[in-house]
Amino acid sequence: MHPIIEGIIQAINLILTGDREVFSIAALSLYVSVVGTLLACTWSIPAAIALALRNFHGKRILKGLFNAFIGIPTVALGLYLYLLLSRAGPLGYFQLLYTPNAIIIGQSALVTPIIVSFATGALESVDPDLRTLARTLGASDRQTYNVVIKEAFWGLVLAILAAFNRAFAELGVAMMLGGNIRGLTRVLTTAISLETARGDIALSIALSFILLGMVMSLSIAINLARKTSQ
Amino acid sequence: MNRSAITKLQASLLIIVIVCGIAAGVYAYYSMSAPPARTRLIVSTTTSLYETGFLDALKTKFELKYPNMNVSFISQGTGLAIQTAMRGDADMLLVHAPSQELPFLKGGYGVNRKIVAYNFFVIVGPSEDPAGIKGKSPSDAFKAIRSAGLNGTAIWVSRGDNSGTYTKEVSLWRAAGLDIKQLRTESWYLEAGSGMTATLKLANEKRGYTLSDSASYILNFNNHNIDLVEVVGASKSMLNVYSAIADDPRNANMTKTNFEGSMQFIRYLVSDEGQQLFADYAVSQDGKPAFGPYLKLLQTKNDPLGNDPTQLIQWISDYAFFEGSECPQQFRYQAEGLYSTQAPVPVLLVSTAAGVEQRKAIACIQSSRA
Repeated sequence: MHPIIEGIIQAINLILTGDREVFSIAALSLYVSVVGTLLACTWSIPAAIALALRNFHGKRILKGLFNAFIGIPTVALGLYLYLLLSRAGPLGYFQLLYTPNAIIIGQSALVTPIIVSFATGALESVDPDLRTLARTLGASDRQTYNVVIKEAFWGLVLAILAAFNRAFAELGVAMMLGGNIRGLTRVLTTAISLETARGDIALSIALSFILLGMVMSLSIAINLARKTSQ
Repeated sequence: MNRSAITKLQASLLIIVIVCGIAAGVYAYYSMSAPPARTRLIVSTTTSLYETGFLDALKTKFELKYPNMNVSFISQGTGLAIQTAMRGDADMLLVHAPSQELPFLKGGYGVNRKIVAYNFFVIVGPSEDPAGIKGKSPSDAFKAIRSAGLNGTAIWVSRGDNSGTYTKEVSLWRAAGLDIKQLRTESWYLEAGSGMTATLKLANEKRGYTLSDSASYILNFNNHNIDLVEVVGASKSMLNVYSAIADDPRNANMTKTNFEGSMQFIRYLVSDEGQQLFADYAVSQDGKPAFGPYLKLLQTKNDPLGNDPTQLIQWISDYAFFEGSECPQQFRYQAEGLYSTQAPVPVLLVSTAAGVEQRKAIACIQSSRA
């Protein structure tokens, strides 16, 4: 019991005194996950709109695929991207492995199925009568989409939030593509894993507090905003 | 539903996203621009070396001397570290498994191997010593651990991960006349499959024996991570030798690797300053060094770990040399000055005019020989 309490006290101390190492790790974590998620949004949201609001061949299969890939193990994805990005691999020319950009690419691939599936669900749950109504009032395709997207706005936000949380809290991709290099690719999850193995429990606890704090406060903030809007 | 309220909220959310984006952008700009045009050097290394914290100290000193260099360490077990280098994902190796290093050189992956430091492996276990191995020779100790294991009184925890420490463990079991394949099927033999500190902690929880490099053991013992004690210590068969190897830039996988940087780093490791760093690095409060610097040992005939230096030099040659050399002639490439002297190489030799002259001279000699 004693070392745990000691660890917690040291951890709080590290956070309150603004320990440089702790905060640079947290900042890098935030950076790669935000950029990774936003990057994924640029193709996932249009894909979700197409899946929800258009009719085409193979739509069901595609939706099923995205659903299936939500739970892809991060180490499996990490392995495939590692083989791709490795200097001996097909994308080796760009020398991306063991850089923050590699983690961003990995995380954006990881969260793509989450955003697509959740956003498709949110868009589909909008009352179909609304679309018919917009049409009868003489709205164009684009205008109809705008109406539906506005209605499904909070669903889309939640999809993106879920994606961000997944990216922020995953370990496999960051470890395999980033390599956990101090000051360059060490993010919260890889640092916690290393420091626990290394026996620096106080630092691990401090980092885990930041990780938990950010994930939870973000969820609470979004939920509050959503409630006040309704 | 109040439409204007949603729009306001949407607007504020958009602002949050933009602020996040700007923050990320500023951070990106800051982090990219902070180290101006530094050359990256990726060193694939072992967990046991990394976890002692020595490499962080080494990085700081090296980058102070060469501000244009940025050293990154990827810490993995030696087996994995070598594979990472084979794929060209690291520029050089810093590892401790001579039997795995030779195939790396022979396969045309590495050149210019240099032995840089040494220490010993130790068998650690609970202070009650249930197998009664204290003071025994390593091979007797291993036999005793197995029979105690079969009786259900002792547990062995293995790294089980193809690391340098595991390679050593396998060779020690073999020397004791035991077959590792058989042992792995027995219930007293556990495989951790992770780094040195994690394995030590597992052994500590299970009250088992394990094999560790002395530096990792002392560090964890002093951090109160573990209370296992050293039961079998330094001897010839427990020797642990660290070597640096540069990727061979002529290998198809490795044409983009940073050969210049690797050689600069290897030369630094064997320089007076680099060797002194090894000598000065202590992981225990009593100031006992964690590593013995190999080139200093040759030069001063003095072992900071307290062994007979002449005997120790012989042990290292027997254990870690290939064909009577730390790096046979055919595995050397643009290594002028690196092997000419057994004393530490002065760092300033790197890419000076004299170095170029020497390079030409050596090239001449080599071509005339051919």
